[in-house]
Amino acid sequence: MSDIPLRDVRLETDPHVGFETSYLGEGFSLWSWLTTTDHKRIAILYLISTTIFFFLGGAAAVLIRLELFTPQGDLLTAEAYNRTFTLHGVIMVWFFLVPVIPTVLGNFLLPLMIGAKDVAFPRLNLFSWYLNIIGGGLAVAAMLAGGVDTGWTFYTPYSTIYSNGHVSLTAIGVFVAGFSTIATGINMIVTVHTLRTNGMRWFRLPLFVWAIYATSLIMLLSTPVLAMVLVLIIAERLFGLGVFNPDLGGDPILFQHLFWFYSHPAVYIMILPGMGVVTEVITCFARRRVFGYQFMVYALLGIAVIGFFVWGHHMFTSGQSMYASLAFSMLSFLVAVPSAIKVFNWTATLYRGQITWEASMIYALGFVGLFTMGGLTGLFLASVPVDIHVHDTYFVVAHFHYIMVGGMVSAFFAGLHFWWPKITGRLYPEFVAQIAAGMMFAGFNLTFFPQFILGNLGMPRRYYAYPPEFQVWHVLSSAGAVILAFAYLLPMAYLLWSLIWGKRAGDNPWDASGLEWQTRSPPPKHNFVEAPFVSEDVYDYHPENAPRGSGADDRRYDDRDIAGEKADAAESGRRHRAAETPPATAQARRASKTREPSDGEGR
Amino acid sequence: MNEPGIWLPQASSEAAATDTILIALLVVSSAIVLLVAGLITVFAIRYRKGSPASREPLPSIFARDVEFGWTFATLGLFIAIFAWAASQNITLAHPPAARMEIHVLAKRWMWKVEHAGGQGEIDELHVPAGELVELIMQSEDVIHSFYVPAFRVKQDVVPGHTERLRFTPEKPGTYHLFCAEYCGTDHSRMIGRVVVQSPEEFAAWLTRQPQEDDLAKSGRQLFVRFGCAGCHEGQASVRAPRLSGLFGAPVQLADGRTVTADDAYVRDSILQPKRDIVAGYDPVMPSFAGVVSDGEIAGLTAYIRALRAPADGGVY
Repeated sequence: MSDIPLRDVRLETDPHVGFETSYLGEGFSLWSWLTTTDHKRIAILYLISTTIFFFLGGAAAVLIRLELFTPQGDLLTAEAYNRTFTLHGVIMVWFFLVPVIPTVLGNFLLPLMIGAKDVAFPRLNLFSWYLNIIGGGLAVAAMLAGGVDTGWTFYTPYSTIYSNGHVSLTAIGVFVAGFSTIATGINMIVTVHTLRTNGMRWFRLPLFVWAIYATSLIMLLSTPVLAMVLVLIIAERLFGLGVFNPDLGGDPILFQHLFWFYSHPAVYIMILPGMGVVTEVITCFARRRVFGYQFMVYALLGIAVIGFFVWGHHMFTSGQSMYASLAFSMLSFLVAVPSAIKVFNWTATLYRGQITWEASMIYALGFVGLFTMGGLTGLFLASVPVDIHVHDTYFVVAHFHYIMVGGMVSAFFAGLHFWWPKITGRLYPEFVAQIAAGMMFAGFNLTFFPQFILGNLGMPRRYYAYPPEFQVWHVLSSAGAVILAFAYLLPMAYLLWSLIWGKRAGDNPWDASGLEWQTRSPPPKHNFVEAPFVSEDVYDYHPENAPRGSGADDRRYDDRDIAGEKADAAESGRRHRAAETPPATAQARRASKTREPSDGEGR
Repeated sequence: MNEPGIWLPQASSEAAATDTILIALLVVSSAIVLLVAGLITVFAIRYRKGSPASREPLPSIFARDVEFGWTFATLGLFIAIFAWAASQNITLAHPPAARMEIHVLAKRWMWKVEHAGGQGEIDELHVPAGELVELIMQSEDVIHSFYVPAFRVKQDVVPGHTERLRFTPEKPGTYHLFCAEYCGTDHSRMIGRVVVQSPEEFAAWLTRQPQEDDLAKSGRQLFVRFGCAGCHEGQASVRAPRLSGLFGAPVQLADGRTVTADDAYVRDSILQPKRDIVAGYDPVMPSFAGVVSDGEIAGLTAYIRALRAPADGGVY
């Protein structure tokens, strides 16, 4: 019951020997934080800013659900309601969902996971945080100045000609934040390409790194289109450029093509990092190597590529040609295949595992269930006749909240809990966290499942008043939202509590594999005292008392890798002075693995 | 109109076809969700930490074959669903030639309907059961979307485009009409109803409606009764502007302005004739304020509108 026992008995490379302060102790002034180029500190800056945006967007969501409690528009006016759901959408999409996992967990963990000292461009990293804050500041200023009533989709010609909200200011805010996204994407891609430590081959990268890598590719290729379309909106609004306005020879449908060419891939920007987090968590708490590691990589890349060619499924009712609709429909069915593969692989990873139910595992398995439902309802929307019925109804609202909130936000909480001991050096109170995770799952389903039924009954989106026969489902949904809101506040409270009163975590409280767990908690400024060497397969979890390496059930097609690894190890042995240390580390890890039962008690 | 319980009525032939696909998807999805949730639950219990269940490594052949198995099974299933759903679209894309055309104008925030016979409706649409209806829709301002949940049909109405929506109503009754594309402040008030009637009832309803033709006829009578014809027609002794081809055309005024002769202009010219004097004419017309009612102005306006094309000028 005392402290967590020191897990890994390290030999020569033990970072505790060559003592160095943690990244948190590198400076305490506000200035030292605002000018830091340490990827871990920048991750903390992002954590604070995205949390603020999350609660801002969440407050708007609470207002929306309160208004919809009754069929009449009694709490808000129509104008106020329209501005509230626009605020909710703009803030949640661009200032929470898109940046949160890549910039908080990705920033903190990606260099650690590949054994690097920092990202490739540390100053660009800090700059992108400032861009994000400036963009967010502009968007929030627009909201405070009176708001925007276009919805986060900015459909023309409403946004360019008819809306009397602060459309241009909001668009500029999103435009600026877009460059923050692009900069982060470039940084991550270059980091993965150039800063992998010795022995960290591509197929030894943790799937979280692969997920961030695939996400960064999408960010880099799609966000410029968003920037372009926002500039066109501003130009049409301010200078009367006739791009989308039919009276000047423009076409409103062009906007939809450009907007969804960004915004559908953006859905994958939001969900792929979540998939990465969940993979790390499930494999750790099932104590089993991820089933079908290589298929998981190909699935991530497959989603990233096919995701660029499905945007037309947002436009089945826009009057686009039937043949275009059918092509987009088929591609949308295809993009669901890699997602299904991932779901099956996560499930199969549990098979013959040693499963424990830490809070992050509850979040992660909740993710699998909710993502499965979100993905399958995506098939309804991909099939043209059904989409024509439920498009722009609450069915769509429920669908994307299952992916974004049930999926992405659950994954973020899973990751936050999983790596909290690494980030802060403290353990959160496990039991309360498990309760919060369960509440979030229950509250989420109560909030959003009734919306599927509402949508199928024909309740349109973005209505602040509605015919009374829909009320019973809205009341259920609003009741769920109350539970959900409480479940989001709870982690905020106990995570902050743990910063001061939480137990010290030790370097590897979950006995997880992965380089980030081999350094101290919290890590020193440059992550590792000595550059780590990777000689093992990723996710070297294996059944208790089983021989090492037996965790990989798909060893057959990894044989090539193992043969290569020996050559690799030998070669880097010749190249590096530190050649004798890696085997020693591996030995120490082996020793620690066999001590698993007593470790469990220590927790 | 209290439709919702748990499932909508199927009030058009499209509704049944859409529901079939929807229910099939529901069955397949539920099966997959139950499979995944069931497996997670079973594994979580059977392979909980420290349970006695076997943890032997899997046979090496297992991983790859299973992986390929479910990849291609999923692919095949999804393609099959796609092909089935697509076949409905392709069927609908070739409609029979005989159909009833109804014009719909969407604007913030109302639906204006005009039947082929000139009968007009606002936020309401009457259609006969069993007949293929084609709506020809235009928007005056932003994008709207014509949505009748009980028919399972929806079509965005995009300004600058003419959109068509076809459906065959089947079940007589009154159903919701919603605007499904966000269009601004009163988006949620841009709702109405669709009334499906038996063909006989519909025919009776049509004849009861005041038609634009009728309105113009009564307008002609007023035009003579109030003495307008005395000055504004053929052999008048007083010089007054001719009205043929006037409606919708630009009018040059004495003070140099140019206005379009629309409803408001006609109304103003009847009630305040001194306000907008047509260039080249004397301000001699008396005001008819308090003499003609609003309904009579509508009749007069309809008559003047009917004179729009000069060729039609002498019909009445």
